[in-house]
Amino acid sequence: MTRTNSRLAILGVLAAATALTVVAASADETTGITDKTIKIGNIMPYSGPASAYSQIAKTDAAYMKMLNDNGGVCGRQIEFISYDDGYSPPKTVEQARKLVESDQVALIFNSLGTGTNTAIQKYMNAKKTPQLFVATGASKFGDPEHFPWTMGWQPDYVSEGKIYARYLLKNMPDAKIAVLYQNDDYGKDYLAGLKAGLGDKASMIVAEQPYETSDPTVDSQMVNLKGSGADVFFNVATPKFAAQAIKKAAELGWKPAQLLNSVSNSVGAVLKPAGFEASKGVISALYLKDSQDPQWKDDEGMKKWNAFMDKYYPDGDKNSSFTVYGYSVSQTLEKVLEGACDDFTHSGIMKSAANMKNVDLDLTPPGIQVNTSATDFYPLQDMQLIKFDGERWQPFGEVVSGADTQ
Amino acid sequence: MSVREESSAITAAGKPVSRFGARNWAGIVVVLVLAALPLFLANFTIFQLTMMLIYAIAILGLNLLTGINGQFSLGHGAFYAIGAYTAAILMEDAGLAYGWTLPAAGIVCFLSGFLFGLPALRLEGIYLALATFGLAVAMPQFLKLSVIEPWTGGVQGIVITKPDAPFGLPLSQDQWLYYFTLVVGLLLYWFAVNLVSSRSGRALMAIRDNPLAARAMGVNNALYKSLAFGVSAAFTGIAGALGAIVVQFVAPDSFTFFLSVALFVGLVVGGVGWLPGALVGGAFVVFVPNVAEHFNKALAGAVYGVILILLIYLMPTGAGGLVRKVADFIGRRMKSRPDR
Repeated sequence: MTRTNSRLAILGVLAAATALTVVAASADETTGITDKTIKIGNIMPYSGPASAYSQIAKTDAAYMKMLNDNGGVCGRQIEFISYDDGYSPPKTVEQARKLVESDQVALIFNSLGTGTNTAIQKYMNAKKTPQLFVATGASKFGDPEHFPWTMGWQPDYVSEGKIYARYLLKNMPDAKIAVLYQNDDYGKDYLAGLKAGLGDKASMIVAEQPYETSDPTVDSQMVNLKGSGADVFFNVATPKFAAQAIKKAAELGWKPAQLLNSVSNSVGAVLKPAGFEASKGVISALYLKDSQDPQWKDDEGMKKWNAFMDKYYPDGDKNSSFTVYGYSVSQTLEKVLEGACDDFTHSGIMKSAANMKNVDLDLTPPGIQVNTSATDFYPLQDMQLIKFDGERWQPFGEVVSGADTQ
Repeated sequence: MSVREESSAITAAGKPVSRFGARNWAGIVVVLVLAALPLFLANFTIFQLTMMLIYAIAILGLNLLTGINGQFSLGHGAFYAIGAYTAAILMEDAGLAYGWTLPAAGIVCFLSGFLFGLPALRLEGIYLALATFGLAVAMPQFLKLSVIEPWTGGVQGIVITKPDAPFGLPLSQDQWLYYFTLVVGLLLYWFAVNLVSSRSGRALMAIRDNPLAARAMGVNNALYKSLAFGVSAAFTGIAGALGAIVVQFVAPDSFTFFLSVALFVGLVVGGVGWLPGALVGGAFVVFVPNVAEHFNKALAGAVYGVILILLIYLMPTGAGGLVRKVADFIGRRMKSRPDR
């Protein structure tokens, strides 16, 4: 009875739908941007195994609130929309599509995770919507040739590996290096960076021992590494394993120079369980000020951060590096948006993000600056070397660059 | 569209019960609504609905195992992962068209499920649940193994290209994948319903109700239980393959233990043993976390838990039980009264 009618209706709707999709496909450069507002999306694991990271997004949101109270950026108020993906890539795809297609955000900012961001990278680039400052150290998020709409932020693992390589080449050119690394992209990125940094002297590496996250301990790896006769130990492990490794080295009576990747340079979570005595002399690197370090007590940037935390995120943990991280990455976004005021479009914002020259942030130590170019999508690549004195980290030497061109 | 085979599927669905006609009509309405929905919705919502259908297929498979055959599994996320990886590897490495990856994923998962079912035969109830739980926990680690990394891509996973609608159909990619999933889902539903109402289906249910009696009647318990595991895994594997195609990405992080739990929750919410409940379960898996997040982001997990507890209190037998109760109630109202 109504079959022909409904069929006609379906055809009509179909035609309309295709027409609509055609319009939508010609990506609107100002989606999410009006004269008064800009919509910014974010995806974060509020639930699930990685939910501790959600402090970052809460800091981001608080920072946006502060910007709005101070008049917004380029005269526009920021509408910050953050969704939960539980650290599951399929959910990230769903939330990214919700942000882009339903909420119509101008960009997605600081979404967290390697797998999660990989899952949406192709989509974001197809939609020509910026995927700015992803919260992961994987080196693959700085590839402007294939993914011109995706940019990382923190020093990637490869760059950090190069930094240690440069330090060794300069200070211990005859070192024999033993490496403990986690057998995944994170560990392999570091190892690749170290090798690239050493260049034709990569033979300085005399032993490599991978471990799996499922291993109960890294004891046997440490015994093997000691047996290699190395005098430098490069520790590329997540906090639990890093602490085990430092402890085991001391138990074995092995006393190499120790390099510890920045992922695990927390005093409370790694050095304390490993033992302060055993940790003495360990070298690591950082790119953000430690909020607990007394040397920054009277620092202008640190004062601004403290005031911000007190007013806009009083529940936040001032001891946590996540709040320092969130503040700094948000400040970078603020500078990018300000640089795009004249051309406030998706590509204008992306252009501004790829054109940062020696930008100082409140919470980066002196000498560490944000630098990008049309071919360099790694904003932070410099790090300050630090040494543990048995009580806390002490900076030493000058800032080392992990960039390709020194 | 595919209305024709759908309606026949529903006809087969009507088990010999008194309200045969009403059920039939309800099924047709549901299918018509499902077929019409994408015409009125944005692509993003269509994507969500596609995910709902995919989870529904996976839950349908789990329901065959748990609801019909009485075996527990907390590890179907593992079969979902195997299906997804089969599809991804075949598409990206072997260049196979996406449509062909579904039967391949089904066969691979049938074999894995069957083989897993063999040793699991000795296990009953919660012990089987524990063994399958182990499977689910091991799967993400297994996918990262360096031996198979050239194919699986290790932690990085595999990015898949999304297919366009064929034959120049005026459909967006999302609409096309929705209809593709819907047709696959209906075919599988039709297969499941026929299986349940067949001799084999009765054997499966006999094993569930009383294994000893089933054996006395000549049912080969071992074979049927393993087969149930295989078929169930095949359903879930096909769902996994569809999921990989729709999400365009597979990685070990996508298939954690939480996926298995989500499928199990979907099964219970939809109603154990009631096949159409899979759709309700699929909707629960996709939409309830969003609802929970909408209430309070920081407490999303807690809100989700509260919703789940409330649901189990209000409809302890899942959506299936609720539908049955409502149907009974209406039935009693319409009939005069006396019988009961």
